[in-house]
Amino acid sequence: MATYIARRLFQGLVVILAVSMICFFIFRYMGDPVVTMAGRYATFQEREEVRRSLGLDKPIHVQYARFLWNAAHGNFGKSYVSRISALGLILERFPATFELATTALCMAFCIGVGLGVVVALKPYAARNRLIMAGSLGGISIPTFLTGILLIMVFAVYLGILPPFGRGETVQVGFWRTGFLTLDGIKHVILPAFTLAMYQLAVLLRLTRAGMREVLTEEYIKTAWAKGLPPRKVIFKHALRNVMIPVVTITGLQFGELIAYAIVTETIFQWPGMGNLLLTSMYESDRPIVVTYVMLTALIIVTLNIIVDILYALINPKIRYG
Amino acid sequence: MHDPSAIVGSVILFVFILAAILAPWIAPQNPYDLEKLSLDNFLTPPIWMEDGEAPYLLGTDDQGRGILSTIIYGCRTSLIVGFGVVLIAGTFGIIMGLLAGYYGGWLDALMMRLADTFFSFSTTLMAFLMLGIFGPRGVFIVIIAICIADWVRYARTMRGSVLEVKEEAYIMAAKATGAGDLRLLLRHLLPNAIPPIFVVVAVDLAVVIMLEATLSFLGVGVPINEPSLGMMIAIGRNYIYAGMWWMIVFPGAALVFLVVGINLFADWLREELNPKIERRA
Repeated sequence: MATYIARRLFQGLVVILAVSMICFFIFRYMGDPVVTMAGRYATFQEREEVRRSLGLDKPIHVQYARFLWNAAHGNFGKSYVSRISALGLILERFPATFELATTALCMAFCIGVGLGVVVALKPYAARNRLIMAGSLGGISIPTFLTGILLIMVFAVYLGILPPFGRGETVQVGFWRTGFLTLDGIKHVILPAFTLAMYQLAVLLRLTRAGMREVLTEEYIKTAWAKGLPPRKVIFKHALRNVMIPVVTITGLQFGELIAYAIVTETIFQWPGMGNLLLTSMYESDRPIVVTYVMLTALIIVTLNIIVDILYALINPKIRYG
Repeated sequence: MHDPSAIVGSVILFVFILAAILAPWIAPQNPYDLEKLSLDNFLTPPIWMEDGEAPYLLGTDDQGRGILSTIIYGCRTSLIVGFGVVLIAGTFGIIMGLLAGYYGGWLDALMMRLADTFFSFSTTLMAFLMLGIFGPRGVFIVIIAICIADWVRYARTMRGSVLEVKEEAYIMAAKATGAGDLRLLLRHLLPNAIPPIFVVVAVDLAVVIMLEATLSFLGVGVPINEPSLGMMIAIGRNYIYAGMWWMIVFPGAALVFLVVGINLFADWLREELNPKIERRA
């Protein structure tokens, strides 16, 4: 097990290094940072000055080492637009994205798995066929369209929920939360549901398929025959076995969640990291883009390693040398 | 094919493909021919509403492009991107999966690690970052950006399938008669291991079409002088508060119809190819 964890950590490190190398080349070769920093009308001497101060006169491997060293210390340079530390700017947006994503994930998980179980028990009942048809709709509507339609219905026509922003927030230590005010909670409903929609439908279908397979197994028949109450058979015997792939997929689809968070934040003008990324892309604000990519890579790789290790611990069938 | 939903799915897909091919003949107007555009006709509502005008069945957008015509041309882009990705990512993924599954060893280990990495970053995020950094440059670049991570779906499925087929008696027999690697791979493994790929193709087509719309909606997909359903919705979004719903509802409905059609077909294919699920007579 220890060797497995060590190997997994090493592989994670390789991925992070590869991403950092790509980021470095984006940084270095997409447009000339000297022109960006010194301004278009700088003289030759001024440009040389900037080039030296940025270390761009050194050989390429020295520059890369320097980039890595700075990155490891959380120093990704300053935003070209606002002249504030790029990492600080992104971290300031982190709570908003985190609250949106966790609310969405909880919604998707509770509703998706719950409905999946209900549908699997009586797959041919009229009501459950309707739920399945709905889930087909859920995986066939792209996130951005869900968001816009929800805004159209609930904000423009009915006018009961706010169409954009995060509403009133409260500062708790370093964390700015929207969960503590009624206004903040009202603001999170539409974006969270938008972000949850696709994953909800996927989880529903996954749970249903898994339950249908498991329910035909011998040990479930034994459990029924023993006279166990339905609640125990369904949740303890059947669902627990279905949950392993469901949880794994949820963990591994984190990249997808981040991508759709960018879309959702853009539509609802949610002041999170994704919204910042898209604006920075339009403005060619490279330090922000690079920081975002590195940070996302770090989060995804860490999460993957955790999921893999947990998986190896839970599942006795898997042995890693 | 007795399943009604499979028939509905295939019919929808067929109609869309036909409309995409025949676009120049059936669209009332070519919305990207600047000579035929007239700004006088901008923001016209659908024909059955007050102020609706003759050639514009479903109304026009803010540049005077007919919504119906733009939808037909937009679906063309969707299908080109969809099939383009399936073709390129599919071919590459199948080859990679075949080689990894057959040879195993370091090639397999390397490929699977690469696949895991791309999978966890997700096709959506990779394509978005690629296009966001390099900017919108046309349909072909969109296809390539999506392919960068998308081939993994095919490679994984193919590898798994090859690992299973490899153990079959007829493969042993072919080996015993002295068949070379190339013959084994192409004549025996490829045709027998490929059926699970069909489901991946169908699901992927739906996913890629939604992804193209999403990328174009965000402004990093196809350039603004080319038709795209996602971009139509992005334009319509500016007019939600003005109550001009037709600029969002119609392209949105077309997109959802197309994707539902493909997904219905994929569902049928999956159940048909899965012997584990009991079907009701």
